[in-house]
Amino acid sequence: MTEYGGGPTMTRYIRHASAFCALLLTALLVNAARVQVVQAGSYAANPANRRAAIARYQQPRGDILVGGEPVTGSTDTGEQLRYERTYLDGPLYAPVTGHASQLYGTTFLEAAEDGVLSGTDPRLAPLPLWNDVTRGTGAGGDVVTTLDRNAQRAAYDGLRGRKGAVAAIEPATGRVLALVSTPSYDPAELSGNSEATASAWARLGHDPEKPMLNRAVRQTYPPGSTFKVVTAAAALDAGVVGDLDALTRSPDPYRLPGTRTRLTNEGDGCRDASLREAFEWSCNTVFAKLGVDVGVPGMSATAEAFGFNDTGLRIPFAVSPSTFDTRVDRAQLALSSIGQYNTRATPLQMAMVAAAVANGGRLRTPYLVESVVRRGGESLTGDGMRPDRQVMRPSTAARLTELMTDVVREGTGTNAAIRGATVGGKTGTAQHGLGNAGVPYAWFVSWARADHDPEPKVAVAVVVENASADRGEISGGGDAAPIAKDVMRAVLGL
Amino acid sequence: MTKAGTAVAESRAPAHGPRLPGRRGVELALIVLAVLLSVYGYCAVGLARSGTVPPGAAGYGAGLGVLALFAHVAVRRRAPYADPLPLPIGVLLNGLGLVLIYRLDLETPGDRAAPAQLVWSTLGVGLFILVVLMLRDHRVLQRYSYVCVVAALVALLLPILFPAVNGARIWIRIGGFSIQPGEFAKVLLAVFFAAYLAANRNALAYTGRRLWRLQFPTGRVLGPIVAIWLLSVCVLVLERDLGTSLLFFGLFVVLLYVATGRTGWIAVGLLLAVLGAVAVGRLEPHVGGRIEDWLHPFATIEAGQGPNQLSQSLFAFAAGGILGTGLGLGHSVLIGFAVKSDFILATAGEELGLAGLAAIFLLYALLAERGYRAGLALREPFGRLLAVGLASILALQVFVIAGGVTGLIPLTGMAMPFLAQGGSSVVTNWAIVALLIRVSDSARSQYDGQEAP
Repeated sequence: MTEYGGGPTMTRYIRHASAFCALLLTALLVNAARVQVVQAGSYAANPANRRAAIARYQQPRGDILVGGEPVTGSTDTGEQLRYERTYLDGPLYAPVTGHASQLYGTTFLEAAEDGVLSGTDPRLAPLPLWNDVTRGTGAGGDVVTTLDRNAQRAAYDGLRGRKGAVAAIEPATGRVLALVSTPSYDPAELSGNSEATASAWARLGHDPEKPMLNRAVRQTYPPGSTFKVVTAAAALDAGVVGDLDALTRSPDPYRLPGTRTRLTNEGDGCRDASLREAFEWSCNTVFAKLGVDVGVPGMSATAEAFGFNDTGLRIPFAVSPSTFDTRVDRAQLALSSIGQYNTRATPLQMAMVAAAVANGGRLRTPYLVESVVRRGGESLTGDGMRPDRQVMRPSTAARLTELMTDVVREGTGTNAAIRGATVGGKTGTAQHGLGNAGVPYAWFVSWARADHDPEPKVAVAVVVENASADRGEISGGGDAAPIAKDVMRAVLGL
Repeated sequence: MTKAGTAVAESRAPAHGPRLPGRRGVELALIVLAVLLSVYGYCAVGLARSGTVPPGAAGYGAGLGVLALFAHVAVRRRAPYADPLPLPIGVLLNGLGLVLIYRLDLETPGDRAAPAQLVWSTLGVGLFILVVLMLRDHRVLQRYSYVCVVAALVALLLPILFPAVNGARIWIRIGGFSIQPGEFAKVLLAVFFAAYLAANRNALAYTGRRLWRLQFPTGRVLGPIVAIWLLSVCVLVLERDLGTSLLFFGLFVVLLYVATGRTGWIAVGLLLAVLGAVAVGRLEPHVGGRIEDWLHPFATIEAGQGPNQLSQSLFAFAAGGILGTGLGLGHSVLIGFAVKSDFILATAGEELGLAGLAAIFLLYALLAERGYRAGLALREPFGRLLAVGLASILALQVFVIAGGVTGLIPLTGMAMPFLAQGGSSVVTNWAIVALLIRVSDSARSQYDGQEAP
C-alpha cells in the first residue's frame, strides 16, 4: 500500500467516479434523443402544444378572389397567434369562403384550400421538398374562384330578409357563378381567439335560423315539381312519351298503384294532358303516372345521371348528396317522380339539372376554384374544368328546352322572363312537414340564353323556405322566379 | 480531531521526467474560436429575428473577447502549465448562455436579463483572474477548511432571514440586487470535504466495525462530517431548494467513496438518500407534486388545465428535433416563468436541436473530465479530492437540472452551469474553473511520467 498521494487505489476510485459521471451524461444524451427524436412527433401533435398554431398564423393567409378582387384579408394582431382572417362582405360570401377561425377551425373553401391559403401546399414551394428542407412555409397562395360578383350580389339581395338559397352555374363549363345562403353570418366574427369569438360562436351555433348552414350545398329539400324535369327526361329517353303534344292516357285523380290514395292536381285540365300541357301547368297526376310507366330502373338511372345519390361530389368542398330512393314500390315511385316521398335535392343539384338541359344533355360537374396562384400572380393550376357526361339524349334535351321555355313564356314561370333573352324554367312548390303542415318551399329552376349568345350562359336554382306567411300565396313562380331572373340578368348583363 | 493542514507542510514535489508543454497557444486559439462562435450565435439571433446583424454584436464580441483575453493572460502568467481546455470551454458556455438569454430577452421586452448577466459574467471572470493570480498553490486552501465550512453554513443559513421567492428561500435581496449564497456554498463545502477527507481517510477506511461484508467507520470519525452534511441538508429542505441538497448529497457520497474506496459508504449514502427522499416526499407537498409531474408530465393537459412547465419544456425539446429550429426561431418562451434560468436548456434544445444539445453536454463532460484527469495526475490527496469534487459538482449539477427539464428525473430548480441566468451561479462556476486551472497547473508542472494529464 502506498501513501504517496493516495496511491493507485485512489486512482482506481477516481476512475470509478469519473465513469459514474460519464454514465450520468450518457443517460442525459439517451433521454434527450428519446424526447427530441422518438417522441418528437407525438409531442408536436399534442393539442396543448401551441407551436403548430403559432406557425400557422405567423404569416398572412392567402386570399380568396372573386372577379379578380380579394374578398378576404389578414390583419396583424401582434398577438402570439399573429394574423387573423378578415372578410370584405363576409355574409355575402360566407357560403363560399366559410370561416377560418383560430379557435374553431375552417370550413368550406377555407378548409378545402387550406393547404394553399396557409402556404403548406407543396405545389407552392419553389422546389420539391423545399418546405421540408427549410422547415418553413412559404407565403400563402391565393384561390381564384369562378364566382360572378354581380350574380352573387343579385342572389343575396333577392333573398334578403328571407330564408333560402341560390345556386347558379355556367352550363357549358360547370363554373359555379353564385352560391348564396340566407340568413348568413359574418365569418370575421369567428376569426380570432378572444372571448368575443367564443360568444359569437355560441350565439351563431344556437341561433334557430342556423346562419352557418350553407343551404345551397348542405341542405336538401323536397324538389317538388322542379323534379318533373328529371321525370320528363326519363320518360322521353325511355320512349314512354314520343310526341310532346300527344295525349297521355292519365286519369285525374290518379290512384297510386296498389293503394287507395288518390293523387289530385291544383288546377283542372290535367286529365290525359299532353306532356307539353302537363309540364306547363305542372300536372302531378300525369308525371306520377309517367314515372310509374318508366319504372324504377329507368327513373333511377336518369336521376343518378343528373347527380342524385352521388356521395362524392366536391366543388372542392363536399356537397351533400341529393337523393332519389331506388328501392320503392310503384306508389312510392309515383310520389318520388313528382319530387316528393324520399326525393330530396340541394339547390346546387337542381341548378345542375337545369344546366344539363341547357347544355344539350351534357352535364359538366360544377366547380368553384378556377385556379390557385402564388403570391405575385403565377398560376399553379390551370383551368379547373371537370369532365362532363351525357345525362340524356340531345334530342330529349332539345325537347325539354322547348318545354321549359314554354313555362316561362306562358306557364307558371312568367315572372322569370327577360327581355332580350330566351329563358326556360320550372316552378315548384314543395309540401313538407308532418301531414304537409309546414310552410311549403318555393322553388324555381331555370336557364337563360341571351339573344346574342350562341348558348345558354347560366343555369340557376332558387329555393325560398318561408317566402310568405300565407300558405295560399306561396309559389315558385311568385317568390323564387324573380330572384332567378335577377341572377340570370346579372350574368347575361341585360 | 486531526489537524487538517498537515499535507501542506510538504513542499512542492520535484518534477521528474519530461516536462509537459505549456499549451498556452492552444488555449488562446480555442478562446478565439469560442468567442467567434458566441458572436456568430449573437448575429444569428439578430438575423433570424429582424434580418439584420444586431447593433451590439461588435460590442458583445469585443467585451467577451477582452474578458477572455485577460483571463488567458492571467493563466499565462501564473499557471503556465494549466490544462488548456477549461478556460475556452468556460468562455464558450458563458458566451452561449449570454446569446440564449439575449435571444429570450427579445420575447420579453419588459424584462431584460442579458445586460445584468454580462455584468455578472464580468465579475465571474474577475474572480477567475483574482483566484489564478492570488492563489499560488491550491494546498493553501487546506488550511482554511474550517473557515470554509463556517462560511458555507452562514451562506446557507442567511437566506432564511429573507422572504421566500417563488416558494424557495434561497435568495438574499439587497436593493434591486439578489444573490443566491447557496451557490457559493458548493465550492466552500467541496474544499472542506476534500480537506477533511484527505486528513482522515485512513481512519475512515481502516477503523470501525465490520457488519456482514460491509465495513462501517467509527462514530468518532464519522460524526462531524455527517453532522455537517445533515445540517446542510436540513437547511436546504427548510429553504425548499431540493436541487442543491441533492447536489451536496451526491458530492458527499462521491468524495467519501473516492477517499476511502469503501462501498459501505455508498450503501449508507443510498440508504440515507432513500429515507430522506421518502420523508421529504411525504412531508412536503411541493416535492410530492414534482414527483407526480415527473411520472405524468401531461396530467394537467388531460385534466383540462393546460400544459405545465415540464410539458412545455418537453414540447420545446421535441420541437427542436435533430437539427433545431435555428437560433431565434423557436417558441421556448411558452415555458413562461424561469425560461431564462432553470429551463434555459429547453431553448438550446429547441433552437440548436439534439446536435447542439449533445455538443453542450459534451462540453460539460469534457470540463468534468479535465477535472478528473487533474485529480488522477496529482499526487497528494487534498488536491486529488478537490479536483474530483469540483468536477463532480459540475457533472452532478448538469445531470440534476438537465435530467429534470428533459423528464429523466423529477424536476428540481437549479441553474445550468454558465448557461442559465443567475449571477451567483455564473460567478461560482468561474471560481470552479479557476480552481480547476490551478490544480491542473500543479498536476502538469509536477508531471512524473506516470499519469499523463
